[in-house]
Amino acid sequence: MLILSNIHKTYEGKPLLKGISLEVGEGETICLLGPSGGGKTTLLRIIAGLENAEDGEVSWNRKDISSVPPHKRNFGLIFQDYALFPHLNVFDNVAFGLKMQKLGRDEIHQRVIKSLQQVDLLGFETRRVTDLSGGEQQRVALARALAPRPHLLLFDEPLGALDRKLREYLLAELRSILQESGVPAIYVTHDQEEAFTLADRVLLLHNGEIVQRGTPAEVYAHPHSGWVAEFLGAGNVVQGKILMDDLVETFFGTVKMPVEERQAEGTLSAPLRVQASVTLLIRPQDVRIGDLSSPLRGTVKDIIFQQDRYKVVLKGGFYFYLSDPVNVGEEIGLKIKMGKIQRLAE
Amino acid sequence: MSNRQVAKSAEKKKVFSSGSSHLSVPFRYRDSILRWAPALLFISIFFFYPLTKILGLGVNSSVFLSPESLQIALDSLGFTLYQAVLSMLLTLLVGLPAAYLFARYDFRGKALLRALTAVPFMLPTVVVAAGFNALLGPRGWLNLSLMNLLDLDSPPINILYTLGAILLAHVFYNTTIVIRVVGNALSRLDPRLIEASRLLGADPWRAFWRITFPLLRPAILAAALLVFLFDFTSFGVILLLGGPKFATLEVEIYIQTLQMLNLPVAALLSIIQLLCTLTFSILYSRMLAQTSTQVAQQDSESQLRRSKNKRERIFIFTMITILFALFVLPMLALPLRSVSRLEADRGDRADLQTSLTSDYYNELFINRRGSRFYVPPIEAALNSLEYAGITVALSLLMGFPVASALAKPNRMDRFLDPLLMLPLGASAVTLGLGFIIAFSRPPLNLIASPWLVPLAHTIIALPFVIRSLQPALASIPQRYREAAAMLGASSLRTWFTVDFPIVFRAVLAAATFAFTVSLGEFGATSLLARPESPTIPTAIYRFLSQPGGLNYGQAMAMASILMILTTLSIFLIEKLRLPGRGGW
Repeated sequence: MLILSNIHKTYEGKPLLKGISLEVGEGETICLLGPSGGGKTTLLRIIAGLENAEDGEVSWNRKDISSVPPHKRNFGLIFQDYALFPHLNVFDNVAFGLKMQKLGRDEIHQRVIKSLQQVDLLGFETRRVTDLSGGEQQRVALARALAPRPHLLLFDEPLGALDRKLREYLLAELRSILQESGVPAIYVTHDQEEAFTLADRVLLLHNGEIVQRGTPAEVYAHPHSGWVAEFLGAGNVVQGKILMDDLVETFFGTVKMPVEERQAEGTLSAPLRVQASVTLLIRPQDVRIGDLSSPLRGTVKDIIFQQDRYKVVLKGGFYFYLSDPVNVGEEIGLKIKMGKIQRLAE
Repeated sequence: MSNRQVAKSAEKKKVFSSGSSHLSVPFRYRDSILRWAPALLFISIFFFYPLTKILGLGVNSSVFLSPESLQIALDSLGFTLYQAVLSMLLTLLVGLPAAYLFARYDFRGKALLRALTAVPFMLPTVVVAAGFNALLGPRGWLNLSLMNLLDLDSPPINILYTLGAILLAHVFYNTTIVIRVVGNALSRLDPRLIEASRLLGADPWRAFWRITFPLLRPAILAAALLVFLFDFTSFGVILLLGGPKFATLEVEIYIQTLQMLNLPVAALLSIIQLLCTLTFSILYSRMLAQTSTQVAQQDSESQLRRSKNKRERIFIFTMITILFALFVLPMLALPLRSVSRLEADRGDRADLQTSLTSDYYNELFINRRGSRFYVPPIEAALNSLEYAGITVALSLLMGFPVASALAKPNRMDRFLDPLLMLPLGASAVTLGLGFIIAFSRPPLNLIASPWLVPLAHTIIALPFVIRSLQPALASIPQRYREAAAMLGASSLRTWFTVDFPIVFRAVLAAATFAFTVSLGEFGATSLLARPESPTIPTAIYRFLSQPGGLNYGQAMAMASILMILTTLSIFLIEKLRLPGRGGW
């Protein structure tokens, strides 16, 4: 299957990808998740053969394909803005890859129809692609990529340009198509919801490096760093200083840091000195309102209505949820569920 | 303003507008009629009337359809088509790779080179002819250097007065059209389409033929047709660089009018010319309509890149060299030649004297021959400036109201619009011929009037003036005025702070346009200007067609002055153009 090892790439003199290694197994969907401009698209283009890595190797079934041109790789790529051929109709767009494989007329016809069926666009064959809606264009793009039976599907933020409702609908459809077809896929996005919906494994890309990888549930439950926790919106990432033993001083009071049974990835096992700084993750669902005698206190800065609850934001940015509103400017005490605070790498 | 007041005034507006729609039709269009009247009256008298006179003369004359006349017409039509097709193909040959170069690559000096390729398009034909003469003519840089270097007695390169010179000048003139039209289409072509086809299994060759080429085809055809149209109606270049033996329709009209005094044949040729240009123009606008629908929109900056490998670098280097040689050398040769004495002394050929001189410029102020017909050249410059001034005033007076009507057009404005653009389709020589036929006898005998030339120039400049004013006037959106009003500006202040700066720039640009057109106009002027009151272009033509180093030098000097004036105007127009507002 696909293995990338130690891929390097610079962009305008600055390093963009700093030694990316990953592999995609049989029938597996992995998602590259990271902020815009982080090099995700470039990595995808290197896999597709549209760009060359400056260092490192792309291999397919243990063969180095770094110098194989894109048209000989038989990978499918779905672009964010679809890139449908405007001078061809729906049928000819989908048939393009099959014609390149020099298949017979009948077979091309059969397979185009089958692909259109897969994306639920039967009957659209003679339509001009420029007359289609965004969602329909996206599905033509998918059918076009699927028709030549690619070894690997590459998605470059394919739903980015669509509105929320359509995105959710297509996401579900995409999930079932990927599961049915069994084609391995790499899906690039900055949207964790998309990533978590589709991915067997998620790879977080930050500053040109993969900072964490794992199943969606693992990544969400145990973010390795403050950056990952903040990017995923896992909760409050709070800086603090060790007072003594497991007591940590933060800007809103002193919290007790649990000695975790599970020392994630071994990075946190170093003994902590007094005054050492630590990064903590406090998830909003573990925070309750307490009385004012609590060692944890804050002043309410803002309160935001969210359908079934209120989001309470304290001065300093710390947030949690309440079912009943409190007053802005009010000082409140907080309780944090025992043993729920997580310590993160810097 | 309170909400209620806003609602009230909106209601008032509604009442007002629904009221006006009940008005009778003539009243509804009264504004438009007033704005169009001067311009319409003007082109009726000075464009359509001369055209009908040409037609009338042809129909009433016995020689009109005689075998001899038809033979002349057929010959010149054949040659016109032949040279136009050849010129067009050569222009594509240079223009297509150049379009690719500009659309896809980033290199040092790109903006400058691009601007330089656009300059020739507006350069007067006499200047271009003089430039090529200064580079390639028997007294040009290349021949004199080669003669000196190889110790020859006569110029080794004899490209002047051949078909080659005509083709070269046409390529020089029109390559910029291909660069603009095809280059725009190419840079709007989404590179992802090519990438998508590559991933679907197309090798680079098939990706080009299946994706790139079909998507560019309408743009290439449109550019080719436009280039063809310009080559078809070309006059000055052919007369000045080819000489009278290369008789295109235009040149033949000129010869029949001025030398053979055979106006009916000239009329026949004019009619053929008009029909052809009309057909090609219609074809062209059809083609243009297709280009806009076919090509996907795409941010053009994102796909510029620097050369990656050796092959690309060779391509870029070759293209830059060709473009530099084609566009920069003639324009450089001209002013340099105008201040250099390059002639070897008589009998002393081996020793070429090269020295700087201002003689040619000094001579411009002297009337050497003391002849009534050879006024000092500086007077030609004064004539030109006077004509240009009149042209600017007339075309702005008539063009501004029309442009402001077209800025917010109603149905009548849209209907009238193409009417004023018609002079663009008629050739300048035809216009000159029409003036000669129509205004040489009562009721309108203007043939001796100094107004004749600027009137013809106004007809030619008017479409340009309207087309350059209109987008600027249309670009003043109501939103700006509303924004200014909301920020507390009174309506007078709004006009001065919002409308005036935009209008002022536009008027200045349009005036510069009209000025440049008039200054360099050669086709109509060559038929209409009287020998004792030449313009700069006709004076240059006269100097170029006379023997002797001094005449040649003076032609170079005057052409240099004209070139510098025109180039300055072009840059001024570019500067005045509103950012993001395309073309004229």
